[in-house]
Amino acid sequence: MAITSVKNLKEFSTANDRFEGAHTLCPGCAHSMIVRELMNCTDDNLVVTTNTGCLEVSTAVYPFTSWDTSWMHIGFENAASAAGGAEAMYKARKKKGTLKDNDAPVKFVAFGGDGSTFDIGFQWLSGAFERGHDFTYICLDNENYANTGGQRSSATPIGATTSTAQAGTHSYGKKEKKKDIVAIMAAHGAPYVAQLAPNKWKSMAKGFQKALETEGPCFINTVSPCCTEWRFDPKDTISITDLATDTLMFPIYEIIDGHELNILYRPKNVLPVEEYLAAQGRYKHLFKPENKHVIEEIQKNINEYWEMLQRREEARV
Amino acid sequence: MQDLKLCAQDKRGIHELEAGKDLIGWDEVTQGSVLPSFEGDASNVAHLKQEERCYSDFNSYTATVASWRVKKPVFNIDVCIDCQNCWVWCPDTSIISRDKQMLGIDYDHCKGCEVCVEVCPTNPKSLLMFAEQEDLETALSQWPEKKKKEK
Ligand SMILES: Cc1ncc(C[n+]2csc(CCOP(=O)(O)OP(=O)(O)O)c2C)c(N)n1
Ligand code: SF4
Ligand code: SF4
Ligand code: SF4
Ligand SMILES: [Mg+2]
Repeated sequence: MAITSVKNLKEFSTANDRFEGAHTLCPGCAHSMIVRELMNCTDDNLVVTTNTGCLEVSTAVYPFTSWDTSWMHIGFENAASAAGGAEAMYKARKKKGTLKDNDAPVKFVAFGGDGSTFDIGFQWLSGAFERGHDFTYICLDNENYANTGGQRSSATPIGATTSTAQAGTHSYGKKEKKKDIVAIMAAHGAPYVAQLAPNKWKSMAKGFQKALETEGPCFINTVSPCCTEWRFDPKDTISITDLATDTLMFPIYEIIDGHELNILYRPKNVLPVEEYLAAQGRYKHLFKPENKHVIEEIQKNINEYWEMLQRREEARV
Repeated sequence: MQDLKLCAQDKRGIHELEAGKDLIGWDEVTQGSVLPSFEGDASNVAHLKQEERCYSDFNSYTATVASWRVKKPVFNIDVCIDCQNCWVWCPDTSIISRDKQMLGIDYDHCKGCEVCVEVCPTNPKSLLMFAEQEDLETALSQWPEKKKKEK
């Protein structure tokens, strides 16, 4: 694979962008930071598929496309099937020697939001992983169905208010825990699974490159702060992501072959989760005295999860 | 079948329908659309800079979202250290970097989110927000001095 050097940002910046501007994602949207970085970290041909969601509707506003590579959208749930099908066809035609350029390296990438990944497209994703297609699936996890007005998904964390799990006099927002999609995808025995974040651009680029280079189905959950639904100023997308990784709300780690866990970022100063929560409107109600227990529960969950990750890293099982 | 009118556009079989005879087969309907991003061969795009490419009119590169902006970032090259933070985090592919140097802002595609200003590490910043109508010279003449570190 021809990879772009990510030794330092200056070298990385010589990549020629293949994700174009004048898409219609909100100003400051992290989806495009993540997609740009994926496309900049290789100069191989890419076949990209995308589930319905903010990324898809905003980058294919007829008669425009923001994609400089092959790109396909079919439905809400089937980017993984589409990528798998394209990859199977590519393999078959390569064998027969009927491709236009039989030697050109091609990588297959599917993007989905958390709604399409954790919920509605999950069986398609799981099926494609079980069949073992050689592709990389990237979830843009903004913890809600953003494109349809911010409904809860199984990626929405406890305590966040959403349009279908609203905080009010009788509720503190969502009551259920976030689904552990990284563990679920690792349990498929996938050769490479990771959780990455755009503020840590280098570990994200390296993780993307690893996934693209690894044969077989690879899964990456990326933290994608959504200024509109998380309710923060668009300029703060990166500082919010810093808080997400430094409070360990979003630990950065990879799991190889379903068992070998490596923590990729250890904050020097782990910040209390209040700092992350206080920076976003969707958690504002948690700072009322009657909701103090929710913040405590979130912090407890974070601590336990971090402890588990560290033990698994040590145990190598 | 005579009065059946499907809500279909040009090229999607409406002519056959309106002829009032046979419905077109499922395999004749053009579902969706295919938009070429480039004129001609696109296999080498990853090795071409934007200004070297043959964009087709369908490529959003040829469109603009400048009207989304209320404020715009202004770039002061004298302070810039070419760290490329602004390049890596701009969500709208609007930082023009060539050969490891930050050259300026693509105002056709910048939405004025201010992320680049936030991530710029220099003191004073090399990118600052100004009113959309402010001209470059006036903006540069108002650039703040280096801030002293608070002890
Ligand atoms: C089968 C199906 N169900 C529902 C929808 C409506 N829908 C379109 S986009 C969307 C939300 C997408 O949420 P997510 O996958 O998290 O992506 P985001 O927009 O947050 O990036 C929904 C519910 C649909 N298009 N198809
Ligand atoms: S709603 Fe959120 S995810 Fe969707 S485009 Fe806006 S910022 Fe991005
Ligand atoms: S204001 Fe936003 S869109 Fe404009 S150049 Fe800066 S980061 Fe890019
Ligand atoms: S972030 Fe600031 S210093 Fe760094 S390249 Fe951009 S303008 Fe220059
Ligand atoms: Mg979402």
